[in-house]
Order: sequence, then C-alpha cells, then structure tokens
Amino acid sequence: MWEAADTMENDTLILGNKRFGNRLFTGTGKFSAKSVIPRMLEASGSEMITVALRRVDFASETENILDYIPRQVTLLPNTSGARNEGEAVRIAHIAREAGCGDFIKIEIITDTKYLLPDNHATLLATETLAKEGFVVLPYVLPDLPLARRLEDAGAAAVMPLGAPIGSNRGLETRALIEMLIENLSVPVIVDAGLGRPSHAAEAMEMGADAVLVNTAISSAEDPVAMGRAFSLAVAAGRMAFLARMREEQKTAVPSSPLTGFLS
Amino acid sequence: MIRLDSFRRTDSFQEVVSHFEAFDFEGYFSQVTPAQVALSLAREKLHWRDFLNLLSPAAASLLEPMAQRARKLTIQYFGRTMQLYIPLYISNYCGNECVYCGFNRTHRIRRRKLSLPEIEAEAAAISRTGMRHILLLTGENREITPIDYIEAAIRTIRSRFTSVAIEMFPMETEEYVRLKAAGADGLTLYQEVYDRQVYRRVHLAGKKTDYRYRLDAPARGAAAGFRAVNLGTLFGLGEKRREAFMAGMHARYLEDAYPDTETSLSLPRLNAAEGGYAPDFPVDDRTFVQFILAYRLFLPRLGITLSTREPAALRDRLMLLGITRLSAGSRTGVGGYADPDQGKAMQFQISDDRPVSVIIQAIRDRGLQPVFKDWEAI
Repeated sequence: MWEAADTMENDTLILGNKRFGNRLFTGTGKFSAKSVIPRMLEASGSEMITVALRRVDFASETENILDYIPRQVTLLPNTSGARNEGEAVRIAHIAREAGCGDFIKIEIITDTKYLLPDNHATLLATETLAKEGFVVLPYVLPDLPLARRLEDAGAAAVMPLGAPIGSNRGLETRALIEMLIENLSVPVIVDAGLGRPSHAAEAMEMGADAVLVNTAISSAEDPVAMGRAFSLAVAAGRMAFLARMREEQKTAVPSSPLTGFLS
Repeated sequence: MIRLDSFRRTDSFQEVVSHFEAFDFEGYFSQVTPAQVALSLAREKLHWRDFLNLLSPAAASLLEPMAQRARKLTIQYFGRTMQLYIPLYISNYCGNECVYCGFNRTHRIRRRKLSLPEIEAEAAAISRTGMRHILLLTGENREITPIDYIEAAIRTIRSRFTSVAIEMFPMETEEYVRLKAAGADGLTLYQEVYDRQVYRRVHLAGKKTDYRYRLDAPARGAAAGFRAVNLGTLFGLGEKRREAFMAGMHARYLEDAYPDTETSLSLPRLNAAEGGYAPDFPVDDRTFVQFILAYRLFLPRLGITLSTREPAALRDRLMLLGITRLSAGSRTGVGGYADPDQGKAMQFQISDDRPVSVIIQAIRDRGLQPVFKDWEAI
C-alpha cells in the first residue's frame, strides 16, 4: 500500500544540473505588485519562476524584479518580446551576462493576436543556445516531429502550450501533448493556457513532467492562495500518474462482475 | 469589395474609410436597442456591428455590465499592471495649419528646436525621474526637423531609455526603417479625424492636408518593423461615435494586417489649446468611458493610452476600466525638464500635472503594478 506516496518522496525532476521536487513552475508577469511574488512562491513552494527579461530593469535601483525572488528559487529568464531567433539569442546573452544563470525559456512570438510561438524560429534559437551551454526550454506548439528536432538540438525539455497564453482555456491541445509525452525522452512541461488547478492536475495525470502557470495565479483575486491551490493540484495529479490510474471505460464496469464466481 | 471582418496586408484602410462614408451611422445608431447591446455584450467575439452597438446611445444604459467585462478582459490580457511613458518635445516648428493646435504655424509662439546637447540634457533630467520609455515629439516640419536631425536625436537619447517611440510627421517606409535602425521602436501617429470633410476643414495648409498619406503611415511604420504602433482620433473634431468607430476599425485593420506589431490606441480629447478652438463634438466623461469600454470589448488585446490631457481624478478612475498605458510627469512645451523655464509654449494644456512619484503611488493605490520598462530595444 501507499507505494505511490513512497515514490513521491523521491520524485524529482532534473533539468540542467538542478533537481526540482515541486513540479509547479510559476511566472512573474501580471501581478498587482512585485511584493506579492515572494509570498506566492512561499505558499506554492514553486522552485522555478520565469521572468521576462524585457521587463527587468538592471539599471534601476528600486525597481529590479529579481530582488523579489528568493535565492533558493531557480530563475528561468524568458525571451518574451522576441520576434525572431536573432532577438531571442541576444536576449539570452543579456540574461547570462546579467548573472541570471544558464536557464533560458525561448519564447518567440510573431503573432500578437493569438500569441502563438513560432516553432521554426524557436528551433533555430534552440540549436544556437544549446551549443552555447544554455539549459534551453523552448515554448512551442505541440508538434511531435518538431519536438524530436528540439530534443536532437539539445533542448533540456519541451514546453508545449495547452491553450493560447493567458486564455485560461485548459488543455485544448491535449491529444498532441500526449504524443510528446509518449515519445520524447526529455521532460514535457505544459506551459500556457492552464486556467484552473484542475487543468494542471489533468496535465499531470496524463504524465506531464511539470506545468508552468502564470496568468491564472497572478490574475486571481488572491494570487497567494491560488499559487497554493495550483501546487496541491500539481502534486495530486502527479501522485495519480505515479499510482497508475486505470483507463477510462466507455461503459460502466460493474463492481460485482457477473463472472466473478469463476475462479 | 473589401471584407470588413478580417483584413490583410494587401488591403488599404482607405477602402474601409470609403466604405463607411456611404454608411448611415446616424440611422444605425438611432435604431439600436438596449437588448441588442446586451446581445453584443454577451458575444465572445465581437463583429464590427457589435462594436457599433456598444458605441451607440443605447449602450449608455449598460455601462456597468460593460465595465465589468472590460475589467476582466484587461486583467486577463494585461494583468494588474500599468505601463508608463513620458513625452519629450524637441521642436515646435510646424508647417501645418491645424485650427485646433497650439503649434499651428500661424500662431505667434516662441519657436524652438533643441540642439543635440540640449536633447542630451533633457534626456538626463527625464531619466532621473525613473521613466524608461520615452516618446520623442516634434511639430511637423520636414525642413527644420529633417530625418537626419531626428535620427541624431534618437541616437543621442537611446542609451538612457529602454524604449524610444516617435510622434512626428508621417514618413516613407524607408525613412521609418532608418529611424528604427537608429533605435526607435515605437510609432505614434494620430489621424486626428477620420471624417474627410472635417479633415479638410480643420487642416488648412501644409503637408498634413494630404489625408491619404497620413492614413497609410501607421501601416508603413508596421511594415518598416516598428514593434509598436499607436493610433488615435482627436475627440472633438468629428462626430464622436463615428470617429470612435473608425479609429477602432483602423486598430483592427492593423492588428489583422500586421500581427507581429503591437497595436494601441490613444484617446485624446480636445481641451483648450492656445488658439482657443472650441470642439464641435465634445465628448463628456460618461460617453468617454463608454468608448473606452467598447474598445476593450471589441479589441481585447489592444493597448489603450491615456495622456495627461485628462484630469488626475478621472485618470485614476479610468485605470481600472481598460487603460493600459499612462504618460506621467509630462511637459508639452519644447524641453522643459532640464530647465523648467523653457517650454512654455505648449501644444496642449496638461490637466494631470502630478509628478511621476505621485502618479506611481496612485497606480499602486488602485492595486496595479506600475511598469516602467516593458521592452528593451536590442
């Protein structure tokens, strides 16, 4: 009994040279005040947080968002605002030079209407940055052949979107993400579109290695409590996955089978 | 015939303007019922007819439900944040004769053009306020403030700011490419008034009399690669609901045709500029709020900018209703940051004259995070 719980004890996700016990990754955007961020991190236990380099003001003495992120939390700088691979690579270099570490989430968006990532440009940037020793986490539309190329190029994980950024619509791309989970050897982290803790639980139940949630937490009336809610949902979903849920059946399965008397 | 529910780069917005010149706005607005407005409000994706319904007099009775939905959408798309920018006028020489503007070439005001060292001093003074996004403005005079001068001005200040936008005379695509290469990444250009007859009546002389050249300039800027393009109609000049509609359609056109450009809209209302122009179609606060809400509902991801033309108390209230960007600490005369005695001939009167620090506190008091830096030109 409780094997899944035992497994949970040692269940860590490795990215780059870091281990993560908590599989909820969070973001710094859209909060009403930066001071909410450390409280949200504490309540959720999130061990990695993404920050848009475009919003970091290294020159400012009072307005540096990095001051609000506790040391033990891994910084995941992202290339939000980049419109091509060249800009993404430059932003990654700025992040590294500024001492933000080697993790980089590549986010290249050429469509401001749906905020969909440009998979092709993302592959090119991944190739360049992985060669330079970055721990590259590319944000993509779930596309298995492309994801295999990302894996070959040295991506540390693949981050498919569940639904467009900020849409809170949940796992609209579920079937495509399942293909990534089944076929990739690098971790699959569902990023974007998860609007409710139950969406996050669903992603974890189907075998995602982690989820990244920003808008649903930062836009909630109480972002601190919502951070905690997501964290619990992620843990529950992960435990359910490790406990090997039974497949759903199209019809009811009687709990007292008709053929139970046959031994 | 042009499709009006989705635009492509090969379409010209001029065709849209022409189409709606034959449209009976008055007749349409007069027959909209509150029930129709409620239906439009309930739709997930709004058609341009829904947008018209939200701009109609009948929508005035549904302001609160409109505001509730607008607030939700603003938080969803922009979070609990407010972006900030500051304008710097570097010249007030102008070759145009716009009857409503303080810089009108026939006005006997002190004309000034800042030298590069003066621009440097102004930029230094502004950067001490903590502002990181700057909007560089001139009057519209190609001879006195040519592209070379503007390019040099951008290069002079770019290291002090993370983003430099320009608001100047409309230019050719190649000129925009040049200024982008110099370090500008945003373009603001107001059509002022979309109604061509009114446009002719209020723009008496100068290059600005060319309606079409101005109308197409935002698209040229987007094609040149500017990251952000900001449009606007100057409320007060033309029939207000029609103007509000055309500005919204122009924004929609740019969003569709240039999906890699961030489109935003400014909502200037005419106030008493030097020259004493009284607007023919004043927009009261209630209608102004209705327009802001209608824009947010029609175009959820549209940036909406509010300048210091509006009074502090109103700006503070509007922050929660769809506005995403505010100017702060503005002076609308030439220079005036490094040497406050300068810059007394203003383009328009400022209503919200609070210093940056007070505006920041007002933003925080409303539960929003002030964003000084949203982008860094790289």
